[in-house]
Amino acid sequence: MLLIDCPWCGARDQVEFTYAGDATVRRPDPDAGETAFAEYVYLRDNPRGPHRELWQHTAGCRRFLLVERNTLTHEISGTAPPREGPQ
Amino acid sequence: MARYSVLSLARHALTGHRHWPRAWRDPDPKPRYQVIIIGGGGHGLATAYYLAKEHGITDVAVLEKGWIGGGNTGRNTTIIRSNYLLDANARLYEFSLKLWEGLSRDLNYNVMVSQRGMVNLAHSDTQMEAFARRGNAMRLNGIDAELLNREQVREMIPLLDFSAEARFPIYGALLQRRGGTARHDAVAWGFARGADQRGVDIIQNCEVTGIRVEGGHVRGVETTRGAIATDKIGIAVAGHSSQVAAMAGLRLPIESHVLQAFVSEPLKPFLHTVVTFGAGHFYVSQSDKGELVMGGDLDMYNSYAQRGNMPLVEHTLAGGLALFPCFSRLRMMRLWGGVNDMTMDGSHIISKTPIEGLYLNGGWCYGGFKATPGSGWVFAYTIAQDRPHQLNEPFTLDRFARGVVFDEKGAGPTPNAH
Repeated sequence: MLLIDCPWCGARDQVEFTYAGDATVRRPDPDAGETAFAEYVYLRDNPRGPHRELWQHTAGCRRFLLVERNTLTHEISGTAPPREGPQ
Repeated sequence: MARYSVLSLARHALTGHRHWPRAWRDPDPKPRYQVIIIGGGGHGLATAYYLAKEHGITDVAVLEKGWIGGGNTGRNTTIIRSNYLLDANARLYEFSLKLWEGLSRDLNYNVMVSQRGMVNLAHSDTQMEAFARRGNAMRLNGIDAELLNREQVREMIPLLDFSAEARFPIYGALLQRRGGTARHDAVAWGFARGADQRGVDIIQNCEVTGIRVEGGHVRGVETTRGAIATDKIGIAVAGHSSQVAAMAGLRLPIESHVLQAFVSEPLKPFLHTVVTFGAGHFYVSQSDKGELVMGGDLDMYNSYAQRGNMPLVEHTLAGGLALFPCFSRLRMMRLWGGVNDMTMDGSHIISKTPIEGLYLNGGWCYGGFKATPGSGWVFAYTIAQDRPHQLNEPFTLDRFARGVVFDEKGAGPTPNAH
């Protein structure tokens, strides 16, 4: 069971949250070209270990949050509002 | 290496089965091979087998970091079928199903293929229409498909919930009679024995730690048992494709997710087919030992843990109970997780890569087991001929950038939604 510390609501059961994927992906500049957009949409680092990801507190405040979680151990090392975490 | 037969069984019975020879050798790696396959699961072993059998390439090593069949080959729910909507998927899976039908004889190894039928339940008029469409698409591709009404389903599987209280009433089903199950460990062992008999070296406890690339061409691999040179490498490590491809500097359109499976205590035979829930994600069959083998959805977040979490256990079994209220007092014996390559379109990749001599077989989402023989066959062709077979030509690595994806479910580039 994952216990996720929502920055606004406090620690809650994972069932209140919806996973929203890799948080390190950045939308390229509009004129960055097709290759940059194809990589943005489709390619992922998919790390085995620490992973910075987005979750949404869908059954709570409905806000997105940044979660740093280890994909090998499921250990969560920290959560933060998405814009305040290290980029 | 001796052939298995009734005669050999009787002969060994006389000596108390104490003198059966090893089914495959345990060789040390040679310094060089013509082809190296990374990953000793079903797909990698099948690839080695068909390289030797169909293309006469026997100077092959299969490198496995653990023991053969110890990954997803031994973790799936053993279902085989070819009930796909899209032509490219249907053709590959049907080719694979036809190989399954003759596999025990071909390998001289009983892989226990049981064509007990695959029943996809429908719970609304709309779903019945969608299944009629899928069934027609299958039949146009030469695959058997039957649309069953509620009464026909009731006759076939009377223990389903047909009461007035059923949360999702059963309207009918799409049936593929030729679908069913196979013994997954035997698939790994049978392909390993067949490949070994033809001269392939199966090297266990040998983890690949690096891929050597010079001038855009593969030259060899670094392993925990030393460096091995080669000009052709086939990657067949679904679940960890991103990790191995990264050794050659490639990023893939894949996320790794964990999928759980469950086995109940053994029961007397009561379920003679494979059943899937149409209003949630749940599937079940009864093993030859009487246990119910069940599965459901992904845990939904990236994971390499080979174990899942409790909310999905509850969610999956709630789906099971909605179909079969009689399961309510059943005790679970085991649950486990496997790591799946989830691609951005929900379809697999069997392809050349931008690096010469490097070939990728992965992205099987949670449908890899049924593809094992067909996938190995076309991957062997791709490696031997240095070009894809027409069956895997659509499933290239560059299809995403070109916008030619095969999204069976129409879920878009969201790996956990496929």
